[in-house]
Formats: sequence, structure tokens, C-alpha cells
Amino acid sequence: MPAEGMTELDREKLSQLIEAHADRPGALLPILQAVQAGFGHVADTFVPVIAERLNLSRAEVHGVLTFYHDFRRQPAGRRVLKLCRAEACQAMGAVDLLAQAEHRLATAMPGTRADGAVTLEPVYCLGLCSVAPAAMLDGRLVGRLDAGRLDALIDEVLA
Amino acid sequence: MTVTVYVPGDAAAVACDADAVARAIEAALAARGEDFVIIRNGSRGLHWLEPLVEVVTDTGRIAYGPVAVEDVADLFACGFLAGADHRLRVGRPEDHPFLAGQTRLTFARCGVIDPASLDAYRAHGGGRGLEKALTMTAADRIETVKNSGLRGLGGAGFPVGVKWETVARTEGPRKYVVCNADEGDSGTFADRMLMEGDPFCLIEGMAICGLTVGATQGYIYVRSEYPHAIAAMARAIEAARAGRWLGADLLSSGLAFDIELRVGAGAYVCGEETALLESIEGRRGQVRAKPPLPAHKGLFGMPTVINNVLSLAAVPFIFAEGPKSFRDFGVGRSRGTMPIQLAGNVKHGGLYETPFGLTLGELILIAGGTASGRPVRAVQVGGPLGAYFPPRLFDTPFDYEAFMAAGGLIGHGGITVFDDSVDMARMARFAFEFCAIESCGKCTPCRIGAVRGVETMDRLIAGDRPAEQRALIADLSETMKFGSLCALGGFTPFPVMSAITHFPEDFGADHPAAAAE
Ligand SMILES: Cc1cc2nc3c(=O)[nH]c(=O)nc-3n(C[C@H](O)[C@H](O)[C@H](O)COP(=O)(O)O)c2cc1C
Ligand code: SF4
Ligand code: FES
Repeated sequence: MPAEGMTELDREKLSQLIEAHADRPGALLPILQAVQAGFGHVADTFVPVIAERLNLSRAEVHGVLTFYHDFRRQPAGRRVLKLCRAEACQAMGAVDLLAQAEHRLATAMPGTRADGAVTLEPVYCLGLCSVAPAAMLDGRLVGRLDAGRLDALIDEVLA
Repeated sequence: MTVTVYVPGDAAAVACDADAVARAIEAALAARGEDFVIIRNGSRGLHWLEPLVEVVTDTGRIAYGPVAVEDVADLFACGFLAGADHRLRVGRPEDHPFLAGQTRLTFARCGVIDPASLDAYRAHGGGRGLEKALTMTAADRIETVKNSGLRGLGGAGFPVGVKWETVARTEGPRKYVVCNADEGDSGTFADRMLMEGDPFCLIEGMAICGLTVGATQGYIYVRSEYPHAIAAMARAIEAARAGRWLGADLLSSGLAFDIELRVGAGAYVCGEETALLESIEGRRGQVRAKPPLPAHKGLFGMPTVINNVLSLAAVPFIFAEGPKSFRDFGVGRSRGTMPIQLAGNVKHGGLYETPFGLTLGELILIAGGTASGRPVRAVQVGGPLGAYFPPRLFDTPFDYEAFMAAGGLIGHGGITVFDDSVDMARMARFAFEFCAIESCGKCTPCRIGAVRGVETMDRLIAGDRPAEQRALIADLSETMKFGSLCALGGFTPFPVMSAITHFPEDFGADHPAAAAE
């Protein structure tokens, strides 16, 4: 999205999101989080605007944006399905579930399905290791996942 | 009479449908025209029974679990509001052997009280530690923490009192208390449970720390994977401010202390204390070289205490009951209790707070063995940087020094159990892969070594000259151990080498399948 592609409305929204946090110490992370919550991703065109407001170089903002796994520079699919692939979930069969999800969604993890229905991502522990395997569909936590429950989640995503 | 029902709002319960169960119970109560209140408590820690619903009866709280939405009508029909018999009836939670066997100091209130209510916190003994601390001199407060023997529960086990003393003695225009709630280790969830089930306890611990070291501002850095903990902490901070437990004039003492919540952005390495400080300051979460110690030059260059959630949450008890009541528990140099987390392939997963000293085997018995019913083959203790233990070492007592001697670490107290279907070569490969994904990139042995480790393991798994690959892995592990700035690169060899040492048959040594090729 080129800078000219930003609408007046987007520009206004962006500056509001930035201003809400700009005066906090260490404002960059809260700003990137707010921008991502507001737009669904942090477009490259937002970077110079954020950098200028915080008196940082573009490279610094870009460096932070790319360091953290949470930030997206492209929009995600309509739903986001995160499957835990850390040790405790592996102990309960997570590896097979990942393969099942990749197969049924025809999407390699991490990735977004061709029709934009869903983004499939790994997550490294949701703190649900005692009710493993675990997943998160958008904001919703799911524990005690098995092949049947995963199929139901995928049905929901593809519905 | 008002009917009171508890339905946990803890993330583990919610992941097992507790929200829908709460709605179904609410609808049923409303339909019956009952005067009722539903309290979303934390979890008691018996996670295989979640959602564990409790009703208040004349004979105390009676629990039922695991409750599914489909069970709700039946529970009402059987008279569960009066504590009647039902196939899901657990009885009084405190009589359940899993709870009765514990020593709950830090988690005494978790799952019991309404975590949104400061009044409930006070009614269950909350606040006495802070009140006591306010009557003491700064020097006495430090002595109290030191005498308790409390060691950092985030992983490294550094004495908490010594750290506080250093910050108290360091001059600075401002000082900070930072709570490390990044809890990235697989197999751990105690920080999450405490923040969701008893958030005021953490606030109280941080306030005591602030008074002790002369800090007026605290930060809690919570990982973004914990939305429920973030919401519970935010709500509790607001309530604490309203009740003047935080703010410019703490409990009319004339002293100021406030807390700001910060949310991580998905980086395991940000649990490392200096990377965490970088992250709060708005930068990439890269590890800082030490010295300077955070105690001397920490957040924004100021003297800073950084402690784990569990370390800070242990403090109110220590002040309320005196350091001796804490120190009297435990073994050797590991004093007090450890909230142990039973995870992975276990029948009875959850939180088990107990004095240091139980053996690994005893803990696995408490966990009821595997969920799959198959034999236990390996147990990883202390998260992704912790060693894998074979049954032969299950007599190792849970204590910092004993685990070190056995070539492992207790870390943040997570125990992840695997049954005999586990392929340890895959787990070793995963350890390298995780390190490669999460490396902050500062040191070559970690950044590059982890990637080489994955490639080498791939060759080994493919059956390509396994003895050579094993030798390469051993070399690589030495390089990572000694050439890494922090424990991500430095400790990844623990899971890898322990897997090779204890399960050589999975690495092409003496393996019949490998010999046949
Ligand atoms: C890669 C890495 C990740 C860590 N993650 C955490 C964590 O999630 N939570 C934590 O409390 N400590 C973590 N630590 C340990 C911290 O660096 C530090 O020792 C701890 O916050 C000190 O608090 P304590 O003394 O109360 O344990 C981590 C260390 C490393 C090297
Ligand atoms: S060991 Fe790895 S994570 Fe730790 S400082 Fe070095 S590169 Fe960063
Ligand atoms: S390992 Fe999957 S939730 Fe912790």
C-alpha cells in the first residue's frame, strides 16, 4: 500500500492511535499494538508516520516491528487459528493435529489460506499445558483438543 | 437466601468451556426465579476437573466437575444447589487429596475468592503483609525477606533479599520494580493462574517491594498469549487504585507506589530480564551484556528490582506470617514452597504447591501417571531449556541444587510428562528449532548454532551417519554453552544432550532399526 493509498480517514485513525500512547515512556510497543488492534496489521506506510512522531529513525521502528512475532505487516485472514506446538502440547499429540490442520485447510503453517478464510499460525505455549493440546481461534481459547474437536473448529472457520 | 455459585474464569477452565457453562447455569437459575450470584473465581488447580463448579451450601462449598454444558440440566434436577449426590460430585474441594496434600502459602486464596473483589481479598487475609511492612523500617523489611530464604522462582533461583538490598542501597533519582510475567516456558502456568485468581496478592507483593527499595513505580510485563491474565490484572490495578492500595498515598502512609501494565508481543527471549527491560523501553528484545546489573542500571537506566510473579506473590505471606513460617518449609538451600505445575501427558494435571524436596517420582504419582495410560518414558523439567529425565532418575528431589547435580534445572517449576510414544530425537530437534526461532540474534553460537543443530538432527533422523551427527551435536552444544550471552543459547544443550545421554536408542545408537539399514 503506497503512502498515497492511505485515505484521509486512515491517516486520522492512525494519528489518534499514536497520540493515545505517544507520551508514555517506551511508547513504541504500545503504539504498534494499538495500531495493529485498530487496523489488523501495521502497514509499511505507517512506519514513517510513527517514526516521525516518536523522533525515531524508520530503521528503528522497522527493527522493532520485525523483531516481535505478534506484529503483522500484511492483513491476516478473516479468522486466525493458532495451534500450540510447544512441548506439553506435543506430549498430547499436537504434531498430528498440526498436520491435520495444514491438510484440511490446504495451508502450510504459518500461512494464510488462498481464499483468505483463515491464517494458520503456531504458538509456543498458551499456558494451557495441563489441558493440552491447546489452540486459540481469534481470541477464543480451546483446550483438550483432539482430531474431532479440531475438525469442528475447522468446519467453523470454513463455514 | 441468595444462591452462590462459583464457575472459574481461569483460562484453563475457559478453554474447557467454562464460559458456556456459566451462561447455562445463569439461565437455569434465572428461569427458576432464584436470587443468585455467579462468581468467576480463579482455578483451584485441579485442571482435569475443570470446569469445576462450586455451590455454597450449609456444609461449605461443594464442587462438581468436569461440568459440560450438557450436564447443567441434570445437575439442577439432582439438586446440586443443595450439594446433592451426582456422578460429577467432587465434594468439598479442600478435602480432595490433590488439595489436601498441598501446602498453599502463595496460592492459598487462588480459586477460593472472587479475584475482582478487594473486599474478598481482605476478608481472606490479604493486605496484612503490606500493613505489617508499613510499620517496619526499611532495614527490617530487607532482613525479613533475607531471613525467609526466598529465592527467585522465575528460573535462576537468586536470593530475593539480596537483590532487594542491592537496589535499596543504590542511589538513583527514580527506582523501579518490574514484575516478570512473561512466563514463556512450556509446561508452566502458575504466573497466569495467580494473576487470574489472586491478582491483589501480586500487587501487594510489588507494593511491599516498592516500599522496601524506595521505588515509586512498578511495571508488570505480561505476555500477549495471556489475554485473561491481562484483563484480570488491569481490573485489579484499577480496584487497588480506587481502594488506595496504589497511588500517591498508599493506605494513608504518605508513600507513593503505582503500577503500569505492559503487554509483550510474542518473543520468548523477552522473559530474560534485560531483554524484558529493553522491550518495556520500546526496543527490540535483545539481551544486554552484564554488568551493569539491572539492580544498578535497569529500566531507563535506573536501579531496578526485577522478579518473577511467584517471587513477588510469596512476599505478602512472608510479611504477614513472619519469615520463619516460610523458611521452615523446604530442604537444604531451597526454602519455602514451590508452586509446581503438572503438565503434558498426565492424568491429573494442574498446580501443586508443596515444600521443596518431593522427588520427581512422587510428583508423577501425584499427577496420576499418564493421560494415555501408557508408561511414562521421559519428563522435561523446567521448560524448553530444561533437561529430559528418564524414570531411572525419578528419585531426584525437587530442589535447586539436587537438580543441578543431576544435570538439569527446576526453572519455573514446570513438569512435562511424555509417554512411551515420544521420539526423543524429535524433541532434541525441537529444542534447537525453538532456540533458532526465538534467538535474539546477538550471539553467533546461539543464532547460527541452533540452525546447524536443526540441520544436523534432520540428518540424524534420516539415518545419515548417526554417530557422526551425534559427535557434531556434542561439539555444537559445547560451543553454545560457552559462547552464549544468555540461557536461551546457553541452556538449549540441556534438553538436547540429556535426550541423547538418557535415550541413545532414539539417536541411532544401539537402535535395531538403525542397524538394519
Ligand atoms: C531466555 C530466557 C527466558 C526467561 N523467561 C523468564 C520468564 O518468562 N519469567 C521469569 O520470571 N523469568 C524468566 N527468565 C529469567 C529472568 O532472566 C530472571 O532471572 C528473572 O526474571 C528474575 O526473577 P526471579 O529472581 O524472581 O526469578 C528467563 C531467562 C532467560 C534466559
Ligand atoms: S544466547 Fe541467544 S538469545 Fe541469548 S543473548 Fe545470545 S543470541 Fe540472544
Ligand atoms: S505447551 Fe501448549 S499450552 Fe503450554
